[in-house]
Amino acid sequence: MLPFILKRIFQSLLVLIITGAIAFSMFTFVGDPVDNMLGQERTMQDVERLRAQLGLDKPIPVQYVKFLGEAVQGNFGVSYRQGREVSEIIMERAPATLELAALSALFAIVGGIALGVFTAIRRDGFVANLIMSASLIGVSLPTFLIGILLIYLFSVELGWLPSFGRGEVVQVGWWSTGFLTESGLRALILPSITLGLYQMTLIMRLVRSEMLEVLRQDYIRFARARGLSDRVINFRHALKNTMVPVITVIGLQLGAIIAFAIITETVFQWPGLGLLFINAIQFVDIPVMAAYLMMISVMFVVINLLVDILYAFIDPRLRVAAK
Amino acid sequence: MTEHPNPTTEVVPSRMRRALDSDLFYAFKRSPVAIVSAVVAAVLILSAVFAPLIAPTNPFDPASLNLMNGFTAPMAPNAFTGDTFLLGTDDQGRDVFSTILYGMRISLFVGIAAVLFAVVLGIFLGLVAGYFGGWADSLIMRAADVQLTFPSILVAMLIFGIAKGITPIENHDQMAIWVLILAIGLSDWVQFARVVRGATLVEKGKDYVSAARLIGRRPYAIMLRHILPNILSPVLVIATISLALAIIAEATLSFLGVGAPATQPSLGTLIRVGQGFLFSGEWWILFFPACTLLALALSVNMLGDWLRDALNPRLK
Repeated sequence: MLPFILKRIFQSLLVLIITGAIAFSMFTFVGDPVDNMLGQERTMQDVERLRAQLGLDKPIPVQYVKFLGEAVQGNFGVSYRQGREVSEIIMERAPATLELAALSALFAIVGGIALGVFTAIRRDGFVANLIMSASLIGVSLPTFLIGILLIYLFSVELGWLPSFGRGEVVQVGWWSTGFLTESGLRALILPSITLGLYQMTLIMRLVRSEMLEVLRQDYIRFARARGLSDRVINFRHALKNTMVPVITVIGLQLGAIIAFAIITETVFQWPGLGLLFINAIQFVDIPVMAAYLMMISVMFVVINLLVDILYAFIDPRLRVAAK
Repeated sequence: MTEHPNPTTEVVPSRMRRALDSDLFYAFKRSPVAIVSAVVAAVLILSAVFAPLIAPTNPFDPASLNLMNGFTAPMAPNAFTGDTFLLGTDDQGRDVFSTILYGMRISLFVGIAAVLFAVVLGIFLGLVAGYFGGWADSLIMRAADVQLTFPSILVAMLIFGIAKGITPIENHDQMAIWVLILAIGLSDWVQFARVVRGATLVEKGKDYVSAARLIGRRPYAIMLRHILPNILSPVLVIATISLALAIIAEATLSFLGVGAPATQPSLGTLIRVGQGFLFSGEWWILFFPACTLLALALSVNMLGDWLRDALNPRLK
């Protein structure tokens, strides 16, 4: 077990070192930030002063070592566009994305498992077939179109829910939350459905196929022969055994939810990290891009690592293969 | 030709005849879904190719535009000029039908070019990794693993951002299309490389490869002339499904404003523009490009799904 975990940790570190190198080379080779920050009317003194201020006048190896040291401490310098500390901007934006992601994940997990179990138990029922067909369309619809569709339906036509922004937020320490006000909660509904819908269909289809597989097993037949009620069989016996692959998929999809928040946040003008990243790309704001890249890679690497280790605990064959 | 021709008297059939008699075509004729998707895809692709002939106006020719025609509803005469437009006009008086035709050209061009790029890169790296093994294999496959850690749309965004930083600002609009192709293509090569590598490992052990090696053919000739033709069918299947995904990826990037510029709008750019008019009631500027995108992506996707089942009956 230990060698397997050590090997995976080593691989994860390698991935982080590579993404770190990409992030650094973005700083060094992409564009001239000084050009971007100063307008047309600039003097040589302005340029020199800004270069020194941003540390761009030092040799590349010095910059690299400095970059690594600062990155480990979560310090990515000053945003070229906003002129503020990147870490400060990220701290300010993170709650919006995390709250959105948490609600979407909840929606995807609860909805996905419930619908998956339902469509598996009523496998030939009319409603179940309808849900399955709808899920196929849901999978092929691009996220941004789902968002626009929801906005059109619930904001433009019905006028029930807001179409952009977070509504009123309450500051709890440095964390700004939308969970405590009515307008904040209402603003969360459409974006979290948009973001979670794809993952929900994914979980639903997985739960359904796993359930169908399990329901065919002998021990379920035996449970029926014992005269147990359908509810006990379906939820206590069958669902429990479908959960292993479902949990790992949920783990992997958590990272995807945060990454795909970029699209949802753009559709709903949600002031989170995704919108920050998209704006950074549009304005070639390298420190923000690099910070986002590093943050996302740490997150993905950690999630992948945990899922792999979890797998190894559950499935002993993997441990043997790794030796 | 009769149903069961006598092999001794049979003339060599033409290529067309052989294609029509093939199992694949037989399966195609029996699948309504495949026929409908193929017809939809063909109509869309042909209308994109012949856009200059079909489109009533050239939306990029300022001389053909009349600002008075702005915001004309579909099939209704404009209040000032009396002109009617099949699918209405946008804020600048551009005919939506024409912008869709031209937009589809860009969407399809980017999609096809990106997939081709990914296929060529993936086949090359997959062949090298599978045939030579050793450190080349480890290097290529580790790179693939690292890339697979991240969702491909994120990789594409990142490549787009970096490329945008490298190119001078005044070239951004011209470069955008090529950068998109590069970004989507680079974010998509991994699956081709993996499939090709796996298939190459299997084919490498077969007798015809040993025979080719014995008569002294060079490694690259063996890879390209002998192994490659035998492993193309899974590549074809993935490429078709990838095309649908690439079209959606392009639309997504353009929608987010990190793709095709407003001067060369793809379907995604049109949807981005149209979203702004949703609240003021001009739904058609958004609705028709969105439908076209869906029809295009869905038909190609379903064709890909059908092709996978038809070429590999075991997967059903």
